[in-house]
Amino acid sequence: MAITAVAFYTLATITIVSAFLVIAARNPVHSVLFLILTFFTTAGLFVLMGAEFLAMLLVVVYVGAVAVLFLFVVMMLDIDFAELKRGFLSYLPLGGLIGVILVAQFLLVGSAWVSPENAARSPAEFGEGGTAEALGRILYTEYVLVFQLSGMVLFTAMIGAIVLTLRQREGVKRQNVATQVGRRRTEAVVLKDVKPGEGI
Amino acid sequence: MESYLLEYLPIVILIAIAVALGAAFILAAWVLAPRSPDPEKVSAYECGFNAFDDARMKFDVRFYLVAILFIIFDLEVAFLFPWAVTLDETGVFGFWSMMVFLGVLTVGFIYEWKKGALEWE
Repeated sequence: MAITAVAFYTLATITIVSAFLVIAARNPVHSVLFLILTFFTTAGLFVLMGAEFLAMLLVVVYVGAVAVLFLFVVMMLDIDFAELKRGFLSYLPLGGLIGVILVAQFLLVGSAWVSPENAARSPAEFGEGGTAEALGRILYTEYVLVFQLSGMVLFTAMIGAIVLTLRQREGVKRQNVATQVGRRRTEAVVLKDVKPGEGI
Repeated sequence: MESYLLEYLPIVILIAIAVALGAAFILAAWVLAPRSPDPEKVSAYECGFNAFDDARMKFDVRFYLVAILFIIFDLEVAFLFPWAVTLDETGVFGFWSMMVFLGVLTVGFIYEWKKGALEWE
């Protein structure tokens, strides 16, 4: 049990320190890298709790995809550091208000949350197999509505991203594979009989 | 619980070796490498003339679109894992609920294909 405690405190310390550095780092790219470290150590904490599937999902989805997206956004921002610092004080009241609301919400949820009676208290109660099996047993039958709803959310995100960001540029020569492959020799090559001393 | 955590020992060892090796290289470079900085040496080098501007510039928004579409299909695949390991228990209903889910996302896939979001110009 001592090893578990050591692992927990190590991971928890790294998580908190790197989460703090996400907002404290001056360079936004460093912030994103610290965010990735936070995701990794949180995955380690999930493993300690026995939630293996969640941990692997955190690595695959958050580290693999979301962090890459954040890096893209940060790189696209064209950041001017002096400009960024100048607006700090004017944004402080609004940012502080949002922070206070967020803390209040977390406190409300933390104090009012009651775990349902039939919820499993530990991974041992899940039955055969790991957490992925436990999830699969109920997600696709008992919670089918929630599952289909999540599909709809993904669908909306897909359409929304395309509608918001897709710009068709005018005058761009595109490669059309069908016409490229469908070309015949007769229409592409012409044999010309050039007489000596004359041009074409 | 202990035996379950022991399965993760190889990953812990791998991470420990990776961190130790990375730290060793950085430390070795810091201790051993000769250093005599000079404004000309540490400034950005751009093929013989002075640097035009910052390396930071606006990326094409298409990179962002590709990343978002990648995340969506990544999540779709994440839903497939628990479905695949419990298909013998959830039966026909579980199978068709996933088919409906995939069908909805296939509609979105056809939309983005026809719209030309996957094409690069």
